[in-house]
Amino acid sequence: MLEVALRHRFPGFALDTAFIAPTPGVTAVFGPSGCGKSTLLAAIAGLLRPEEGRVALDGAVLLDTAARVMMPAERRRCGVVFQDSRLFPHLSVETNLRYGLRRAPRDAEGPGFAEVVDLLGIAHLLPRRPAALSGGERQRVALGRALLSRPRLLLMDEPLAALDAPRRAEVLPFLARVRDRFRAPILYVTHALDEVDRLADNLVLMEAGRVLAADTVEALSTRADLPQLAARRDAGALLPCTVLAHDPARGLTRLGFPGGELRVPLREEPPGTRMRVRVRARDVSVATEEPRGLSVQNILPVTLESLGPAAPHEAMLRLRLGGAVLLARVTDDAVARLALRPGQRLWALVKSAAFAANTPSLENPG
Amino acid sequence: MLTPEEWGAVRLSLSVALRSVVFGLPPAVLAAWLLARGRFPGRALLDALVHLPLVMPPVVVGWLLLVTFGVRGPVGALLNDLFGIRLVFTTAGAALATAVMSFPLIVRAVRLSLDAVDPGLEAAARSLGAGPIDRFVTVTLPLIAPGILSGAITAFAAGLGEFGAVITFVSNIPGETQTLPLAIYSATQTAGGEATAARLAAISFALAIAGLLLADLAGRRLAILIGRAPR
Repeated sequence: MLEVALRHRFPGFALDTAFIAPTPGVTAVFGPSGCGKSTLLAAIAGLLRPEEGRVALDGAVLLDTAARVMMPAERRRCGVVFQDSRLFPHLSVETNLRYGLRRAPRDAEGPGFAEVVDLLGIAHLLPRRPAALSGGERQRVALGRALLSRPRLLLMDEPLAALDAPRRAEVLPFLARVRDRFRAPILYVTHALDEVDRLADNLVLMEAGRVLAADTVEALSTRADLPQLAARRDAGALLPCTVLAHDPARGLTRLGFPGGELRVPLREEPPGTRMRVRVRARDVSVATEEPRGLSVQNILPVTLESLGPAAPHEAMLRLRLGGAVLLARVTDDAVARLALRPGQRLWALVKSAAFAANTPSLENPG
Repeated sequence: MLTPEEWGAVRLSLSVALRSVVFGLPPAVLAAWLLARGRFPGRALLDALVHLPLVMPPVVVGWLLLVTFGVRGPVGALLNDLFGIRLVFTTAGAALATAVMSFPLIVRAVRLSLDAVDPGLEAAARSLGAGPIDRFVTVTLPLIAPGILSGAITAFAAGLGEFGAVITFVSNIPGETQTLPLAIYSATQTAGGEATAARLAAISFALAIAGLLLADLAGRRLAILIGRAPR
C-alpha cells in the first residue's frame, strides 16, 4: 500500500493531495496539464521537498515532515521514468542500463540485465549512445534503466507524452509487458485516457492540485458526476471483457463481460484473453421497445439507474446490466420524448463499428 | 636561434603557466559549481570576487598579493613560519599570481558548460541511487569536461603572457621569475635588445594562437567523445 499525503505551495498554485494506492498494481494519476501530477511524483521520488506531507510505501516511511523524516532520493529506491528519458548522453546504452543496477543494494530483488534487455527488445542498441536512438527507443532504455535499479516503486512521469502517435503505439505494449512481468508497484502519471485504460488498475483523478476521486478504473469510468471524465468525447464505461469466440466468416468477435456479451469487429487475441473495452457514452443509444430490423449488433436489455446533465441539452444515462454499468449520452429531447425515468427497462444499442480499430481508441487521445 | 637566457624565459613561462593551471583548476571548478548550482547568501559577492582580476588593473592584483602573501603579510608570514614556503620573488609566486589572474577565465568556461548540463540528469542519477559526490563524478564532471579542458587551455595560453601581476608580486629575476613577457619588457629597456624582443614576441604570438586553436579543437573533440555533440 502506498500512502501519500502532500501539501506544497507554489506562487499561484497549491498542491493539497491525499490518496492511498494498493500495491502491487498500477495506479494512474490522471489530470490535465498543470494539475500538479508531476509535482506529486517528484515529491514521492524525493526530488522535491514538500512543505508538509507523509509518504509511506508498504509501511516504510519515505517522508514524514511532522516527524522530520526526509529520506534522500538516492536512498528511496523509487525508479523514475521521465517524460524526456534523461539518459546520460556520455554513456552507452549498456552503461546507462547498468548505472542503477550497480548502485542497487546487493540483496535487492529484481530482474536481471539479460531479462530486461530481452523484454524491452533493446539488445541491438547496447553499444550505442543515447543521441543515436529514436524517441521510442530512448523511452524503452529509460524504462529498462529504472527497472534495473531494482526499485520498490516505479514512478512514470508521462513516459509517452513526448512521443508521436506511432512511437506511443510502439512503446505502450512494452509498458504493459513490464506491468505483467514484474511485481513492483507502479505510479503512472498521464493525461491520456487510453494509457489509463490499457495499463492502470486504479485511478487517482486530479484537478488544480487536488484529488477529485480515487478508485478502480472501472468504477470511476461509470461515474457520471466527474466532469473531467464524463465530459470527454471518449467518456464511457470500461468493461472487463474476456474473448469468447471468433467468427471470421462474419468478421466478428464475441466478448463476454459480467452481465452480457458484446460483438465487436474481429480481433487478433486468442479466446480466453482478458481485455478492457471502453464503451463510449456517445456510441450508446437507447430504445424503450426491443428494436428489430437494425444493423446494430449489440442490443442489450438494461435498467436505467439514473440520469443527469452531461452538457447543454444533453443527458448522461447510467444503465445497469447485470454486474456491469454502461453510460449513454443522449439529447434532453430524447429524454423527454421517451419519458425516461429511473427504474425503467430499456434496450441499449451499441454499433459494433464503434469498436473498430484499437479498442482503447488510440486515434482519439482526447 | 635563441640564446640560453631566452630559452630559459620560454621554459619558465611554460612552467609557470602549467603550474598556475594545475593548482587553479580545482578551486575554479568548485567556484563555478557554487555559482551555477548553489543558492546561498553572498553568491553575488562571490561572483564579483571571482571576476575581479578580469577588470582590475593587474598591478593592483599583484600589489594585493604582495600585501597578503608577502613575508610580513598575514598569509605569507604563516606559510613562511609553518612550512618555510616563500612566495615573493619565487617561481611559485609567479605561478600564484598567474593563477589568480587566469582564475576567472576557467570559472567562466566551466560555468558556461555547467549551465548547459540539464539538472534533470543529476535528478535522474539521484533516483538511480547516486549520492552527491557519486553523481558529480559520474554525470556532471564528464559532461563539463569540454568546458574544463578549453578553459584550462585558454588559461594556460593567457598565463604565458601574464605581466603586471607577476612583475609587481615577484619582480623580474632572470631564471627565477622572468617569464616571456617580462623578458620582452627587459629587452625593450635594453640598448640593442630589439632583435631579442622581436624573437620573443614572435614566440609569444605563436604560443597564444596555438593555445586558442587547441582550446577550441579540444573542446569540440571532447564534446563529440562524450556524446554532447553529433559525430
